[in-house]
Amino acid sequence: MSPPETVRAARPDAARIEPDSEAPATTVDELAPLYRQMLAIRRLEEASAKAYSQGKIGGFLHLIIGQEAVCTGAIATLKPDDYVVATYREHGHAYAKGVPARPIMAELYGKKTGLVKGLGGSMHLFDRRTNFLGGYGIVGGHVPIAAGAAFASKYRGDGRVTLCFFGEGASTIGGFAEGLSLAALWKLPVVLICENNQYSMGTPLYRSLAVEDVSLRALAHGMARDRFDGDDVIKVKRRIAEAVTRARETGEPTLVEVITYRFRGHSMSDPGLYRTKDEVEEWRRRDPLNRARARLIDLGMTTDALDGLEADVKAEIEDAVKFAEDSPPADEYLPYTVKE
Amino acid sequence: MPVISYREALNQAMREEMDRDPSVFIMGEEVGYYNGAYKVTQGLLQRFSERRVVDAPIAEMGFAGIGVGAAMVGLRPIIEFMTFNFSLVAIDQIINNAAKIYQMSAGQFTVPIVFRGPSGPAVQVASQHSQSLESFYANVPGLKVVMPSTPYDAKGLLKTAIRDDNPIVFMEGETLYGMTGEVPEAEYVLPIGKGDVKREGKDVTLVAWSRMVHTCLDAAKALAAEGIEAEVVDPRTLRPLDVDVIATSVRKTGRCVIVEVGWPLAGYGAEIAYQVQRHCMDYLDAPVERVTSDDVPMPYAKNLEDEVQPQVKDVVGAVKRALYLT
Repeated sequence: MSPPETVRAARPDAARIEPDSEAPATTVDELAPLYRQMLAIRRLEEASAKAYSQGKIGGFLHLIIGQEAVCTGAIATLKPDDYVVATYREHGHAYAKGVPARPIMAELYGKKTGLVKGLGGSMHLFDRRTNFLGGYGIVGGHVPIAAGAAFASKYRGDGRVTLCFFGEGASTIGGFAEGLSLAALWKLPVVLICENNQYSMGTPLYRSLAVEDVSLRALAHGMARDRFDGDDVIKVKRRIAEAVTRARETGEPTLVEVITYRFRGHSMSDPGLYRTKDEVEEWRRRDPLNRARARLIDLGMTTDALDGLEADVKAEIEDAVKFAEDSPPADEYLPYTVKE
Repeated sequence: MPVISYREALNQAMREEMDRDPSVFIMGEEVGYYNGAYKVTQGLLQRFSERRVVDAPIAEMGFAGIGVGAAMVGLRPIIEFMTFNFSLVAIDQIINNAAKIYQMSAGQFTVPIVFRGPSGPAVQVASQHSQSLESFYANVPGLKVVMPSTPYDAKGLLKTAIRDDNPIVFMEGETLYGMTGEVPEAEYVLPIGKGDVKREGKDVTLVAWSRMVHTCLDAAKALAAEGIEAEVVDPRTLRPLDVDVIATSVRKTGRCVIVEVGWPLAGYGAEIAYQVQRHCMDYLDAPVERVTSDDVPMPYAKNLEDEVQPQVKDVVGAVKRALYLT
């Protein structure tokens, strides 16, 4: 068998959803903080990529650049006590849940001041203070954990909602299938959010899944579903809010598929040769940050105000990097069992 | 003192702990309406309702993971595997999640969960339903592995396991459920990590856990008829291991035979042999002997099944080698 002549990208007619011509109504007061959050996530990711290339961050580093609107818009719908469970591409989710940039960056550096004291690194951020239940490195294995947190909410009747994020690559593994099935069976207050960035590592969806619409899996379980593009952070927020309300008010789960795109490779070691330049460029034109910024200008935010916001973000991330650089190295690992 | 079965002892432990702590619940296949595939959860649904005795579909990876997530946010799940053979499809949840989360989160999240169910070879159920997987779990930091051999130990250790803030792999002897023994009426708990001398003797130390304790006790009886007094030491928990109770015995007897129903290569007994030579070198009068199952998947036919597993005669033979009597 001869290799394909050219790299074939994701089938254009299948996984893609064209963005709506009309964006949902919003205000500067609502959008500006979300834009700031997305920008901070992007700058955090860029700073970590730079530190990685300087050898200051080790291991695997999976960047979310291009997908920021999904975690930002989705987590904006939550109350502080609600739970978030995420994958190994989770720096943005932790930040959106309220974890400051400093301990995130220090964790990537493997420092004592890191969020998990240098024990977890990029893939395993956890924060009890914000109910961020972790970043997990085994694809799909965290979906049942999210269902478990939701099970506890139902058991206690505490009214909390759990958001579970995963990629479309997780939709082919058992953990996803079983988590989905049990969440539906027991009516658990969880929103399962598939961030479909169209490539499970280097493999496009059409080569992994017979039916490319991941949200259709909900049908077999009698579960509510939704599917839309993740270009507009307000749209993400509105649509996820519907699912969160459903979970909170009726206990019913929802499977939501958000079509998005990562601008960089799967991890730092991936040059992304399986995609065409044209495809990447096309998605870069749909950059959710540019879109939010343009919208803010349309809504009347001044360039001065935007410049101020952007300078503030720059300072925040520079401070986080300096904090990580100046922090002492990790110095102890815990005994692996809880002392009685 | 009342005499009850191993099965009833486990049932009492769960009932008492569920009475004591409303955050304890049971989840697994057939644990509720069916009263448990092996009847260990008999009557619990009636007492505690569907909220706390949850029948799960056949989805070990899914419900084991639900247990882990629920434990992270403060519940205390008991996850029943119909047999530990089925834990293999949930092993990602046990090893990659339950065992790691406390350390990975720098101590922010604990996972107080018990994975329990029958383990070890049963009778003529062939290779996929007849195996002893404790060596797999005992290798993993972050877990505790408990394997009681008597009704008394089963009850006391399960109660402790349910109260422990760590993930516990609690492996019950599939062929021990009907075994009876004395269990006090008054409440008691037993510490995890403490072994027990099941029979005293001066000539040789037999180390065994779960069903093999009883094979060793039978062997000790046969040896006594020949004037050889064997001491039978049951570590009861394989992680953490009570090295002291074993070493104290071997220092007294000078000889050690380790009996396990698992496979020989990299089996748990090899670790005990290491610990014995490390702690008792100057006291040993003979090389440490191991008795294990044969290095094959379990056959179905009864005669072959017996041949593969350690029998009393195999233990007696190993003891005689250790005593240079053969």
